[in-house]
Amino acid sequence: MPIGIAASFRFAGPRKEKKKKKLGGARMEPPPPPPPPPLGTTVTQRDQWTVEQEVGRIYSFFAQLPPAAQSFALEVQRDNHIEYLTRGLRGLAPSFGSLDASRPWICYWIIHSLALLGEPIDAELEESIIDFLSRCQDPSGGYGGGPGQLPHLATTYAAVNSLITLGGSRSLSSINRDKVHNFLRQMKQPSGGFRMHDGGEIDVRACYTAISVASTLNILDDELAEKVGDFILSCQTYEGGIAGEPGSEAHGGYTFCGLATMILINEVDRLDLSRLIDWVVFRQGVECGFQGRVNKLVDGCYSFWQGGACALLQKLHPFGLSEGGEDESTDSIDSSLYAASNVSEQEEQENNLESASPQVDGTCQFKQGGPQSASCSENTGNASYNFHERCAEGGSLFNSSALQQYILLCSQLPEGGFRDKPGKFRDFYHTCYCLSGLTVCQYSRSKHADSPPLPWDVVGPYSNLLEPIHPLHNVVLSKYQEANEFFAG
Amino acid sequence: MASSSSSSSEGEGRRAWVPLASRPEFAGVTPLPQDDGPSPVVAIAYRDDFRETMDYFRSLYSSRELSPRSLLLTSLAISVNPANYTVWHFRRQVLEALGADLTEELEFTEGVAKRNAKNYQLWHHRRWVAEKLGPDAASRELEFTRKIFCLDAKNYHAWSHRQWVLQALGGWEDELDYCAQLLKEDVFNHSAWNQRYFVITKSPSLGGLNAMRDSEVDYAIEAIHANPENESPWRYLRGLYNDENEAWLNDSRVHSACLHVLKAKRNFKFALSTLLDLLGLGFKPNQEIKDAITSLRTSDSGEAGSDSDLANSVCSILGREDPMRANYWTWRSSKLPQAAEV
Repeated sequence: MPIGIAASFRFAGPRKEKKKKKLGGARMEPPPPPPPPPLGTTVTQRDQWTVEQEVGRIYSFFAQLPPAAQSFALEVQRDNHIEYLTRGLRGLAPSFGSLDASRPWICYWIIHSLALLGEPIDAELEESIIDFLSRCQDPSGGYGGGPGQLPHLATTYAAVNSLITLGGSRSLSSINRDKVHNFLRQMKQPSGGFRMHDGGEIDVRACYTAISVASTLNILDDELAEKVGDFILSCQTYEGGIAGEPGSEAHGGYTFCGLATMILINEVDRLDLSRLIDWVVFRQGVECGFQGRVNKLVDGCYSFWQGGACALLQKLHPFGLSEGGEDESTDSIDSSLYAASNVSEQEEQENNLESASPQVDGTCQFKQGGPQSASCSENTGNASYNFHERCAEGGSLFNSSALQQYILLCSQLPEGGFRDKPGKFRDFYHTCYCLSGLTVCQYSRSKHADSPPLPWDVVGPYSNLLEPIHPLHNVVLSKYQEANEFFAG
Repeated sequence: MASSSSSSSEGEGRRAWVPLASRPEFAGVTPLPQDDGPSPVVAIAYRDDFRETMDYFRSLYSSRELSPRSLLLTSLAISVNPANYTVWHFRRQVLEALGADLTEELEFTEGVAKRNAKNYQLWHHRRWVAEKLGPDAASRELEFTRKIFCLDAKNYHAWSHRQWVLQALGGWEDELDYCAQLLKEDVFNHSAWNQRYFVITKSPSLGGLNAMRDSEVDYAIEAIHANPENESPWRYLRGLYNDENEAWLNDSRVHSACLHVLKAKRNFKFALSTLLDLLGLGFKPNQEIKDAITSLRTSDSGEAGSDSDLANSVCSILGREDPMRANYWTWRSSKLPQAAEV
């Protein structure tokens, strides 16, 4: 437990005998200045302290808001996000020069975000996107960061996912699959891994981007999959998570990449899954969001990398509670939404019951009815296609409502866009991965990948519900299915 | 040299930009504009110097000119966008064609690193240069990463690079001491713990994990006692035993450390989690440990009193003390051998 955390600062804390405090009306006091960090602390402790103060202020402030304001604070600001995203799609400020070699990424972050929000892109803009991405396509295969740039696995992944998200035969047929296949084969290394580009770096990201693209385009063969598993296995660390290269620290981004890849090539059982699960669940901290590595700071983007890894793991390990068991943890998790200094959660809920989202019910005992479904498809044949059909049984491995709380209250900017953490600026990358993390949370207890979540699985109004994704590729599920059919021939 | 002529990052005062068109070095080069098509998307409103630099780059790149002025141009292009991997790739081709002095190249990358320590291309390039220079480059690489760690002790790229240097070029002698030093400065620096694990398992001069395990267990436990809330030494301790379950179960220092933390009745979630792992492998706790666990139970947790329910007790306590992972503890409970009846 980081230093100096006041006992009251426990969002997911148990409902003990707290001092009952009357909820005022709209009276809003300025928050007291934060105490300085204690003496004799290390850099890690100080940095962590600072973030916890910031986040704590946000949650405390939220807790004192009248119910209507709380509801508003938890809303996904759809219109503002859409406007922010659409403007970016058309044009970007000079400062984006630093992303000049990542323009397909910018496309994907924006297009995927819009798709999650259920916002269609107008036909003309779609045409322009398809045309632009075609210009990023290298004549010998793969996509580069911009027209005329060397093809690169990451930008190939981003371009392919963008085109799949757009959907339609024009978009999908613009991908030269044979050439992409050639490119992937050229990037393949004897060790089993892949280089990101000609003469480029070899790491777990490269494995994921290559295998994911191969899978979605239906060009995944033994040659590409050969020894990938060996490489990724060598990247699972003593901590349980997965690193970018053998020997490096376990890291959320690489953990998602490694795990997803192993599933795609049907070798996930080679990983030490219980160590992996233990590492990843401990990455969710008091701030309610996820950190990327042990003793590092929370960051909204890990909502997807770590949260998404949890979602995958849930499908692998039957995670349900025993039939008929009451999930008291869910009870305290839901009520955690309003836990803040000195405010009685029970009283909060009683006052908010009418106007707040339905899941906030202090007396709600969410029964895990043991959803053993006879129709759960086995993981045969096409690992990717069947995987999303798997049932996630029972509760979620991570604290879904806490994570949603972090995303909506700490990462979301009311004026549009999402950020890493309070104090940072919004950007399209964080917008994409916070929204992706949010949909993972919303569907984390759904029996099937696209069964509509129950109201209490969605923090905020039910209208916050986003489109479901394919958890291995992070593409909206309906679009994935369309592409899957298109490339099946 | 190169850097003086480009206007660099936003927010800095612009130095005088001399258009490339006016420079004699680039006489005869026809700039090649970017082909964004008729209706560009995610179109960046490039600054003039940026656009011109890249138009000139495109020209020399497409004609595959491997000359000194191409080298200069890649320096300019890198300064306007250090993440352009195509430029770095071309630069490597130019360096090879010119048989350039790669020691100077190290200096060049150090300049880039000052402002972009987290850039993939920079580190990959540095690795390429160092590999070509060979073992003589080792000490400089170690020194370089050390400097980076003074500014950011957890830079992921820098740590990967350092590990690569040690394995490819050598220099292991002082590495364990370096880890100890970093941990003395910040015992929560997980990158340093990871590096320590790397050193004790891979260093050719230390004898490997089995030889180092004993002293490292003591080291980890000392850190645990100082800060039981610090996840790093707990994971490190577990890692020291890896798959050697018997040895782990039988090392009394491990469960003694857990007991010590439990008795203090604060910051004990990792101690309990470790005990849970041990119990799952068949650990038979002594009475002292059982009592320590019992004393953490509350009257409303509903645990029964018998031995076989000890692991379930631990799960219940964890569900209460570590509610963020409540579902996880419930699941762990369900996975216990001989799970107690509900």
